[in-house]
Amino acid sequence: MTDEVAVLGAGMHPWGKWGRGFVAYGTVAARAALADAGVDWRDVGSVVGADTVRGGYPGYVAGATFAKALGWQGARVASVYAACASGAQAIATARAQLLAGLADVVLVVGADAAPKGFFRPAGGDRPDDPDWLRFRVLGATNPAYFALYARRRMAVHGDTLEDFARVKVKNAALGARNPYARYRKPVTGEDVAASPVVADPLRLLDICATSDGAAALVLSTLEYARRHGAPDPVRIRAVSTVTPTYPNTVLDLPDIATDSAAAVPPTGRAFRASIAHAAYEEAGVGPDDLSLAEVYDLSTALELQWYEDLGLCGEGEGAKLIREGTTAPGGRIPVNTSGGLASFGEAVPAQAIAQVCELTWQLRGVAGGRQVVGARVGITANQGLFGHGSSVVVVR
Amino acid sequence: MARRKAPVVARWFAGEGDAFRLLGTRCSRCGAVFFPREDDFCRNPQCGDGELSEVALSPRGRVWSFTDGRYRPPAPYVSDPELPWRPYTLIAVELEAERMVVLGQGAPGVTVADLEVGMEVEVVSGVLHEDAETTWTTWHWRPLGVRA
Ligand SMILES: [Zn+2]
Repeated sequence: MTDEVAVLGAGMHPWGKWGRGFVAYGTVAARAALADAGVDWRDVGSVVGADTVRGGYPGYVAGATFAKALGWQGARVASVYAACASGAQAIATARAQLLAGLADVVLVVGADAAPKGFFRPAGGDRPDDPDWLRFRVLGATNPAYFALYARRRMAVHGDTLEDFARVKVKNAALGARNPYARYRKPVTGEDVAASPVVADPLRLLDICATSDGAAALVLSTLEYARRHGAPDPVRIRAVSTVTPTYPNTVLDLPDIATDSAAAVPPTGRAFRASIAHAAYEEAGVGPDDLSLAEVYDLSTALELQWYEDLGLCGEGEGAKLIREGTTAPGGRIPVNTSGGLASFGEAVPAQAIAQVCELTWQLRGVAGGRQVVGARVGITANQGLFGHGSSVVVVR
Repeated sequence: MARRKAPVVARWFAGEGDAFRLLGTRCSRCGAVFFPREDDFCRNPQCGDGELSEVALSPRGRVWSFTDGRYRPPAPYVSDPELPWRPYTLIAVELEAERMVVLGQGAPGVTVADLEVGMEVEVVSGVLHEDAETTWTTWHWRPLGVRA
């Protein structure tokens, strides 16, 4: 087991389409997290930014950009990019610095101002880039991959369109109670069924939007937290950033084919399950210890997949959990109490940080109308393009 | 003037008619198969450094999953913005011998209503799009027994 680090502060800028730049959003979230922690920015020893990327160019180098916006004070800086897993990598970097004694208190920030419509690759002719190729050769958008998983679940596990809609209805009801969510109106199964098909069998309301938004955390050593008057802080106990093992037999964004299992039979866990497993191992907890989970519901069907990959149920039993209310408020293991991507829309570099903000508020008992009573252990799960695992275990 | 035919990606497929095949590579040492092709190094971490040589993939497989694109995808997918959007079908196909899943567009006229998971399909030559000089060719998956 690795040592823990304290979550001293959490802050967000509301998700939406606000027409401003990502620096403005990130600075609002950073200031909120610092205020929540009661830490003066000038005392922060390190700032880690999750990069926002436009057109495939990681040019909006985040860490220093936020440090400048907050006022240069000489802190150590790092910037990371791992697509949807960028936030978890930023947290992992901050944690490593704290545990290595390189800093006492670290500010982690992720922010994005998302473009309209489908995510698209950088311009130009780049036949060596799988992300460019899947658009050029197949027109395979992100929702197309979500739809392939959804159809596969329907065929193999008997999931129905109504099961998928139940996920949206649950998450919309929770998002309605979250002041940081973009979509705050309850949704019915009829609303989902009436929305246009984007990629068969998934409809518009099965698929997450892209949003502007920002999230930030102030992390510190447990010793710093004690000195700072926080003897019992929410703590990060594990951060999983694992890659797949060969052969990776799940067709994943942005690949055109899986690895072949002809030469080496697949052993052990598939990629998504291995992400959570590594987090459980590091934290010394299991699915039965969880009070709640925040998972990456890029689509409604994918949330059901995560139930299985987190070990909340057996393979193929995800739909049973949503039907029985197990993952709803008051159920055995509420999932996406924040409202999830369904209510937020994806702000790529902020999203994995936002998941930890929600767990922090839940474990502090300040989540208002979304509060899970007596929450002690939470997990986040997420996966970044090209094979970036992302899972964080938070305890109190 | 006749358009010249060119593959949308070089060396990913070859052959005409019934001899049309997807092309991958196989490692001489461990037998691992790669598509899209790996020409430099075997990616099996237990292997080391076998020689990679070109190999034709099985022409038939079974539908692993399928979907369609109801909205026009962004560039670099090429479509004529002057014309109404016509959804295409995407089919993920499991190849038994290679134990892998390969994505491709469905042959023209194949819709999601024609497909089921587990159905047998075959790879056929197809046209991705045409411009003034070039007919860009690709691979399509087509249910067995269907003739274009
Ligand atoms: Zn090899």
